[in-house]
This record gives sequence, C-alpha cells and structure tokens, in this order.
Amino acid sequence: MRTEALLAAALLAVAACAPPRLPAAEEEGGARFGADWDSWRADTNVSDLASVQRGARNFVSYCLGCHSLKYERWSRLGADLRIPAELLEKDLVSPGAKATDYILTGMPAADAETWFGKVPPDLSLMVRARGKDYIYQFLTTFYVDPARETGANNLALPTTAMPDVLSELEGLKAAEFRTVARPGPGGTSTSEQVFDHFEPLTPGRLSLAQYDGFVRDTVNFLDYVSEPTQLERRQLGVWVVLFLLLFTWLAWLVKREYWKDVH
Amino acid sequence: MTVKTATGAAAALPKPGTGSAGKRFWAWLNKRMPVDQFLATQVTEYYAPKNFNFWYFFGSLAGVVLVLQLVTGIFLTMFYKPGEATAFDSVQFIMREVDWGWLIRYLHSSGASFFFIVVYLHMFRAFLYGSYKPPRELLWLLGVGVYLALMAEAFMGYVLPWGNMSFWGAQVIINLFGTIPGIGPDIVLWIRGDYGIADATLNRFFSLHVAAIPLALLGLVALHLVALHEVGSNNPDGVEIKEKVGADGKPLDGIAFHPYYTVKDFVGIGVFLVLLAIVVFFVPTFGGLFLESPNFEPANPVSTPADITPVWYFTPYYAMLRAVPDQRIGALLLLLAVMAFLFMPWLDRSPVKSMRYRGWMSRSALAIFVVSFVALGYLGLQPAQPVYVILARIFAALYFAYFLLMPFYSKLDPVKPVPERVVYHAH
Amino acid sequence: MADHAGVAGGDEVDLSRRKFLTRATIATGAVGAVFAAVPFIESWSPSERARALGAPVTVDLSKLEPGQMTLPVWRRQPIFVVRRTPDMVKRIAGHDNELKDPESKDSVQPPYAANDLRSRTPEFLVLIAVCTHLGCLPKQRFDAGELSPSWPGGFWCPCHGSRFDLAGRVFDGSPASVNLVVPPYSFPKEQLLLIGADEKGAAT
Repeated sequence: MRTEALLAAALLAVAACAPPRLPAAEEEGGARFGADWDSWRADTNVSDLASVQRGARNFVSYCLGCHSLKYERWSRLGADLRIPAELLEKDLVSPGAKATDYILTGMPAADAETWFGKVPPDLSLMVRARGKDYIYQFLTTFYVDPARETGANNLALPTTAMPDVLSELEGLKAAEFRTVARPGPGGTSTSEQVFDHFEPLTPGRLSLAQYDGFVRDTVNFLDYVSEPTQLERRQLGVWVVLFLLLFTWLAWLVKREYWKDVH
Repeated sequence: MTVKTATGAAAALPKPGTGSAGKRFWAWLNKRMPVDQFLATQVTEYYAPKNFNFWYFFGSLAGVVLVLQLVTGIFLTMFYKPGEATAFDSVQFIMREVDWGWLIRYLHSSGASFFFIVVYLHMFRAFLYGSYKPPRELLWLLGVGVYLALMAEAFMGYVLPWGNMSFWGAQVIINLFGTIPGIGPDIVLWIRGDYGIADATLNRFFSLHVAAIPLALLGLVALHLVALHEVGSNNPDGVEIKEKVGADGKPLDGIAFHPYYTVKDFVGIGVFLVLLAIVVFFVPTFGGLFLESPNFEPANPVSTPADITPVWYFTPYYAMLRAVPDQRIGALLLLLAVMAFLFMPWLDRSPVKSMRYRGWMSRSALAIFVVSFVALGYLGLQPAQPVYVILARIFAALYFAYFLLMPFYSKLDPVKPVPERVVYHAH
Repeated sequence: MADHAGVAGGDEVDLSRRKFLTRATIATGAVGAVFAAVPFIESWSPSERARALGAPVTVDLSKLEPGQMTLPVWRRQPIFVVRRTPDMVKRIAGHDNELKDPESKDSVQPPYAANDLRSRTPEFLVLIAVCTHLGCLPKQRFDAGELSPSWPGGFWCPCHGSRFDLAGRVFDGSPASVNLVVPPYSFPKEQLLLIGADEKGAAT
C-alpha cells in the first residue's frame, strides 16, 4: 500500500512537471528574453485552487484600481474560491461594497478616458475573448519606450494605452529591435523593425520566477472569472457521459435482441 | 365493436361499459380521434426497408435535435432580454446567475452546430442513394425548405447574444442584400430597421428566431414527414420495396417501423447524446468553432474583429462569396449554390438510384463534390489571403460542376444491374 | 410480435429476455429523463441576482419615534416595523377570546416571536405587511376606539376587512384565518434592526 501510494505520488509529481513550460524561468536573462515571446504559453490550470486564490489577491491589489469584473459578485468569488466570509470582507471586498455586489472598479470611466485615452476594459470575459496565452504574453512583454506618454509599450498589444503597472514587481526591461529587409512588390525592398530580444534594465521586487508565478496566478484567476462554472461542468460531465454510455449499451442490447427477428 | 386498421384487420375494442378503466378510456378516445388508426398506419404497421444502414440514423436524430433546440430555446427565452443595452448582459446572467443556466445555454449553442452536422449527413444520404429521385421529389424539396429555414434560424440566433461577431456577422450578411440591383439599398434599410445594425434589427430577429421561424420549421418538418410516409423511405439499394409485396399485402423487404426502427433509433440517439454531452461538458466552444472568441466581447460598431467568419456551417458558402472579386456576382453565386440543391431531382438522369449500382463517373463526381464542400468550408474559416482565394475558386468551380454536369455524367455513366430485392445481412 | 414474411417469431426464452432488456432500458431512460428535467425545473428558482437583492435589510431604529411605524422592503415585500408605546403594549392583552389564533399555534413566526407580543422585545414589532387572507397591504389603525368603541388598536385591511391587533393577531370575523407573519429578524446592534437574518443566519 505504501509503495503504491509513493509510486502514485511520484507519477503525479512527474506529470505535474511534464507539460512544456517557459524555458528555465529561474535563469536570469536566459532564453526567457528570446524572440519567441509569441509562443509563450500560460500553462495554467483552473482547478489549482491555491493559484486562483493568489490570483484573486493579485487582481484586487494591482488590477481593480482600473479594471472591473462586472459580471462577478464578491460573494460568488468567496464561495467558489472557498474564501471565508470574514477574510473576504477584510482583505478583498472593496470598502463600502456589500458582499453581494458586483466587483467594480473605483475609477470613474470619464476620468480614465481623459487620463489614458481609453476606458480600461472590463476583464470578466477577457480570457474567453482573447485566450489566456495572450493575456500571459501581454503581462510579460511590457518594455520601456520613452516615445510614449506612459513611457511603456507592449509586444502583444503594440501602443497599448495601459501603463506598465506591474513594473514595480517585474522590474523594467528594454526591447532591442533589429532591422530586417523585406522584399516588396516589383523587386523593391522595405526595411522593417523586428523584435530581437529584451534587455533587463532594473530589477523589480520579485525575481523572474516569482513574477512569472504572479502572472500565471493572475491569468488563472481571470480564467476562472471568465467561466466560473467550468469546474462544475467538467465534473458533472464525467457522470453524464458514463450514464449515457450505459444507456446506449442497454439500448444496443435491446436492438440486437429484437433484430434477431429480421432475416 | 371493432375498428378497422389500415390493413383491413379488425382490432377488437371492448364493448362499451366493459373492460378496465384504461381500456374504456381508450375506446372513448378512439371514437373521437383516430389514435389507434394513426399509430397503426404510421408506426406499428408502417413498413420501412429492412436494409437501413448508418446513413439512416440522421432523420430521427434531426427530429431529436429539433426538440432539444425548442426546449432549451424556450427556457433561454425566459431569461434572455432582447435589446442593445441588455442582450449581452442577459447572456452572462444566464451563464452565471440562473441555476443551470450555463447548461441550458451550452445545450442550445452546441445543439445548433449538431443540428447542421446531422442535417448535412442526412442530406448526404440522399446524394448517396438517390433519395431525391421520383417519387420523392417533393420530399426532397420540403427538406431543402427545412435546410433554408434552418440557416435563417441559425443566422438570426447568432445575432441575439449581441457579441462583436454577432454584430459584424449581421452587418456583412445583411449588406449582401444590398447587391440586389436597384432595390438593394432599400431592402437593406428595410431589413435593418435603422441606418446601421441596431436595436430594431436585434428585436425583430428575436421575434423571428423565437416565434416565426420555429413555427415555419415545425410546419415544414410535418409536411416533410407526411410526404415521406406517402411514398415510403428509399434504401441503400435504391429498390422500391412496395413493388414486391407478400400475400398479406405487406412489402417483402419491409419491416414494421415499431419495434424495429424505434429500437434501432434509440441506439443512434444514445450515441448522439454521448457525443453531444462530450461537447457540452468538455469542449463547448469546440476550439472557437461552436462559440467564436470575438463573441465574448460586446458588440462594438467601431471595432471590427480581426477576421470576420460566419459559424462553420456557413463557411462553404462564405468561401464562394469571397472567391469572387465582384460583390454582386459573389452574392449571386452564394444564392445559386444554395438553390442548386432544389434542382437535383431533375438534373439527375441516371436510371439507377443508389451509388452502389452507379458507375465511376457518378461516384467520382460525388467524391469531388464532398471534398470541395469540405475544402470550401475550411477555406471559409481562413483569413482572406490570396492562396486561399485561388483554392476557393477552384473548389467553387468543382462544386458547381457537380450540378451543371450532372445531366450528362448521370446519363452516360455505365450502371450495374440493380437487384430485385434489397441486400440484407442479419445484424 | 410481428409475424410476416421477413420476420420470424421468437421462442419463450427470447420473449422474457426481450421483456427484461426492454424494461431495463426504459427504466434507465426514465431515470435519465428525470435527471435531465432537473436543470430546467431548477432554472426557475430565484437567480443569484434575486437572492442578492433578497439579502437581509438593515433599518436604523434611532429615527423611529414611539408610536410610529416605518415600512422598509425585504424580498419585495413591505415590512411593518412599529415602535410600540407602553400603552400600545398594554392594549395587546385582554381580548384573547376575540382572536382566531391567540397563541399563534397555526400562524407563522420564528421561535422568539411565538409569544403574546409576537416579538423579541415589547418595544419593536416586526411583521410582513401582507394580509394573510389574499395579500393586500393592511393599514395602520393604532389608536384605541378608531374602528369601533372597543377597538384596541392594530391593523385593518381595506380589501376585505380583516382586522389584526397590535401584535398582528387576527380577530374573529375577519376573512383572514391566521395572524400576520413574522419574518426572521435580529438586533445586531443597539438601535439597529436586521430583517431577514437571525441566529440561524440569513433566511434561505
């Protein structure tokens, strides 16, 4: 029994490591800064409750200032994420809001438009609309760009109106571009700036690995908010499919029995 | 007292005042409505060919999906709020705040796609076995009518969530009507009810989707079944079973629909429900094919999604539309592509119904048609790049060739002798 | 059993196996159908939004003068919140023989309101302002002698004339048969009334 349990645990541990991850997040300045940013995967699992809880905390601390989750209630978040009511009220629920209120940002839309040129979009459905990999890439490809009013730009969403709000955690990095000649129509050739790699400038409060974990937790949380019923859906689905397989098998037995009549 | 059933046999009903309560009620009912007679003529003494195969599941499955859509649609309508300002939010309300709303919604969205899978396979059966040939031309025409109504229903249903793809898909498709010479722009304004896709458009689509077209669908399906029962089903060998009857007047190669095909259809329904459940519970968006990603953002008149594609079941026709550089001709081609189905009973000159006994010309033509239809469907999902446009042109040409050349290859085709009786292996 | 060319009849063993299998399949299908019906039926339950809007409601009692009534709304129903004077409390006794349910045996109230005064404290009366006859909103008639010389004060329903005393108990001769309903409530703080929640937590 003990050996089986250990073996199972070992297999689970191997399985948990198996999915392809970001190359060596612990490496400071390694392949992480390569030109393959658009193939980076979020690699999150919404059934990892601890991760989603951390993501909720991250969201309230760093995103709720501008972005709302207008289709999600605080009480729903507390129930689904198994956060006790007192903790929910104390640490998460916005001051003045009731537990049953929707999660709204304090930033007035008109002011946001004045300051950023755009109202920060509601994020309730962002993972379903753009995909969690995109959001992961968006939060990890900010770079310093003095030409812009916010001082920052982004590879996943060039000329984004959003400032690099997570720079205190991630640190600052610059983007190095290289010039590439592209053949144009009629034998002409145009030159294009293509992203080459990031150059770290200043470190943030978190290490690269920690920041990566921070982003993935946040993406995981947004994945949950995009469809709060998804875990229930999959769990129920197993039973439904099993039942239907049983019914189909019985129906097939009945069919075979009656069709003995037919020659 | 006895009632005559369809075959003339007498079924004994208890004398009035005698028998159990159930039997007395049944006798009372049958004096006032031909229930027993209906069940006998349509179900228990209705004879269908005994050699039905896999392709013959999809008629009853289409009926099952129709009921599924009606029931889930009725319940969604209890919570959905049509209107520019409320529609998108009400869908999220259903998904998050109505008990089991998410399940009802996914059943309806997956059901729509499964409806088209089933209907396309159902139509393919007719191509395989010549089920549109006399005396089944009207049956076929009614079926095409169901298909057209279904396409209208699905298109309008997709607009209702008022996501960004709902809006822009509606924009593109309704603009097609603007290509009608002369009155086009007026028609577009009339359909929209406003100067752009707006609240008026949404509300009238809601009424049509929830009330008008379902009624039309039910009527067309009913007529479709009446027409079917009048001539009887075709079968994989294309042999008319009514031409060989036994001493009892029943087709030698027929078996009673009940219990044999009711029982067999339940197996088909079981398999279908397993597949439906796998989609609904594990992959409801089906990789963005059943529920498209841009539709998770609200309708935005000033922001078009990167790639506007209709839902997968419309993409074959969409690919043809985009293949033609002229908007007017492209729209006309789309219309002709759909209308072409109507002419099949008269384009097909083969003396033989089923592909089993046709020659290499008809078989190749059908194979090329299927490949073209699927290829066009794939191409319609891709962004509008030159290589895809060229391919779409080739496959569109092949698609139309299937119909235009049919009078010739169906006549010239060397056919095999058709058996007198159906080919049946016990199973 | 079908019996024509192309189909042969079965023997006894087949028949019973056939019956058993058919019944087993129909039973399984019926179970499935019942499970499938559950989501549709439960979808009619109050939604998350209705439940949120039906959350407990607080009332600031410091603004309520003795003898006055305020009418907050809880779960879409008006609630009588009356601050009874000592005189009003006295007028609750002495007419038990004129009441249909003086000890509230057939009426609906939480355990702490199953007393003569139908309330936690003598001072505050909390009742659902829905006549237990057919649902109209009764009017206040708190003064003695208002409706008749012997009228001790209470509520009168304008729709069909039901009368209730200052504890919400129904008088004989009224079309209503039970006393006005007391909702769950509590006093989380001095001068603060919470309608819809008590020791058992928020009302379901």
